[in-house]
Amino acid sequence: MTELFLHQQWLIWLTLLPLGAAVAAFLAPQQARWIGLATALLLPVCALAGILSVTLTHADPITAGGWPTPLGIELRRDGLALVMLAVTALVGFIISCYALGYFPVHDRHYDKVRYFWPLWLFLWGSCNALFVSGDLFNLYVTLELVTLSSVALIALEGGKQALAAALRYLFIGLLGSLSYLLGVGLLYGSYATVDIALLGEMISATRLNHAAMALMVAGLVLKSALFPLHFWLPQAHTMAPAPVSAALSALVVKAAYVILLRLWFEVFPALDTFAVGHLLGLLGSIAIVWGSLMALRQERLKLLIAYSTVAQIGYLYLVFPLAQPETMAAAWTGGVLLMMTHACGKSAMFMVAGTIHHTAGSDRLSRLAGAGGPVGVLAVVFTLAATTIIGLPPSGGFFAKWIFINAALVTGQWWYLPIILSGTLLAAAYIARVLGWAFLDVKRSSYPVIPWVMKWPPLVLSVIALLFGLIAYEPIQIALIGAPVHGSIMVEMTP
Amino acid sequence: MTTPLLYAGGGILLFSIGLHALLIRRHLLRKILAINIMGSGVFMVFIAIGARGTDAVGDPVTQVMVLTGIVVSLCFTAVAIALTIRMHNLTNCTTFATDEESSLD
Repeated sequence: MTELFLHQQWLIWLTLLPLGAAVAAFLAPQQARWIGLATALLLPVCALAGILSVTLTHADPITAGGWPTPLGIELRRDGLALVMLAVTALVGFIISCYALGYFPVHDRHYDKVRYFWPLWLFLWGSCNALFVSGDLFNLYVTLELVTLSSVALIALEGGKQALAAALRYLFIGLLGSLSYLLGVGLLYGSYATVDIALLGEMISATRLNHAAMALMVAGLVLKSALFPLHFWLPQAHTMAPAPVSAALSALVVKAAYVILLRLWFEVFPALDTFAVGHLLGLLGSIAIVWGSLMALRQERLKLLIAYSTVAQIGYLYLVFPLAQPETMAAAWTGGVLLMMTHACGKSAMFMVAGTIHHTAGSDRLSRLAGAGGPVGVLAVVFTLAATTIIGLPPSGGFFAKWIFINAALVTGQWWYLPIILSGTLLAAAYIARVLGWAFLDVKRSSYPVIPWVMKWPPLVLSVIALLFGLIAYEPIQIALIGAPVHGSIMVEMTP
Repeated sequence: MTTPLLYAGGGILLFSIGLHALLIRRHLLRKILAINIMGSGVFMVFIAIGARGTDAVGDPVTQVMVLTGIVVSLCFTAVAIALTIRMHNLTNCTTFATDEESSLD
């Protein structure tokens, strides 16, 4: 029985199930909510089963359709794929619960309800497919699927600003992926393969390969909104409905970053990455300071959270300069940890912003005055989620930053220390600004009743984000299965 | 200069022309066309790479990739045109409005 359970091809179901359910939800819009909820319940089970089957057994590699590898497509089952699938399943489940309340059955805007579920399930399935893809061309196709469903989800509101944000995101997304695809073409021209593992063995430092690297990195940087290519992100993430903003910030931005992480540690090590790594680190540092400063200046909660995402993406890009030979494992682990914890915290924050918008009629910070009273639970959820954005212990954000600081000191790159510290201070400032409004003692007459699914599910993510540092050992052990890095995570300094 | 190299160079040229137009043209339809030209450039590079071998048929893998790419680019073009038409109906305007920040409510 156990054998049968463990040897199921769970990872394939993680892609097939949401894609099938998306088609079903599109064909039967009346049942879309229940199809969506059933899928959201099944996917975490599949993800858990998939992780168990990989960690407990040494099952054969999964190849789609049973074709042998050079021709067929082998699914990646390494630690990075597993933890990203798990985070996606968790965040996706909570977003689905929240969306049940956010898009009520008897809505004036029936179209929104009708199209949200198929598009969201498409997005979820494409993200899962991306995380288990092991070759450059499949990564391109899945990245395009992710972008296409995100564009449609951003346009869901139907207003002219939402349309403009969606269209701009579409152009940016296409520009990024075409640049990436051209890089893939150049690599295929030299080595006649697009398999990441095979390329990593064969690649050498030629000029053409460096051009390919530049094109691919540029495309992925554009898609994951690193400063100064972040200009599309605040509009896109703000114009979308709250559950969509949560998914975009938690998962979609990470999708492009995961590809870059795979390329950087598995394909590019043979190339001369010194300058590119430090350039990415510099842009990441500017993103941290600039994003935090912009967040501090915003008058609208959703824009504030979106700029905070810009800053957090900056931290993710510190991985590349910090990944020197002795701190390879440290930087990689810090990046993966930050991705996981940021996904939980940021999606909870966007959902709270949506609930506040729903109750107060606007997400202007001034409308938050007095929100600490009747809808106090929202302020609590927001604060708990924000601990990981600021990097307070024992959140996962704290440990990720700790690992980064350790790596920066060991490799003698002390200038990242003030950047990380100032980012932390600025984050504390913009979060405190929100809370300052929420706890103003203002008598508010009446609030509409909030459905419980819009209050309590985000709290789960907040608590996980807060306590992630304490339970981080197991996820990191899983993430390190088959990881391209070796060595210790906390490196001792020698004076 | 061999023929495949000529085609690859042409592809890169198309990519650059499209990129230029995407960045400076304001009309949305022109931007959509520009993206399509960029895509064609990338596909031409792929075809040129596949045609480098000695056999007359060429590399089927690059042709399959280009077919997939064409499908993806077709979907994106369809969505982009649908969004543009919707935007034109709403705002009577075919460019990105410059005063987007003004009325967010």
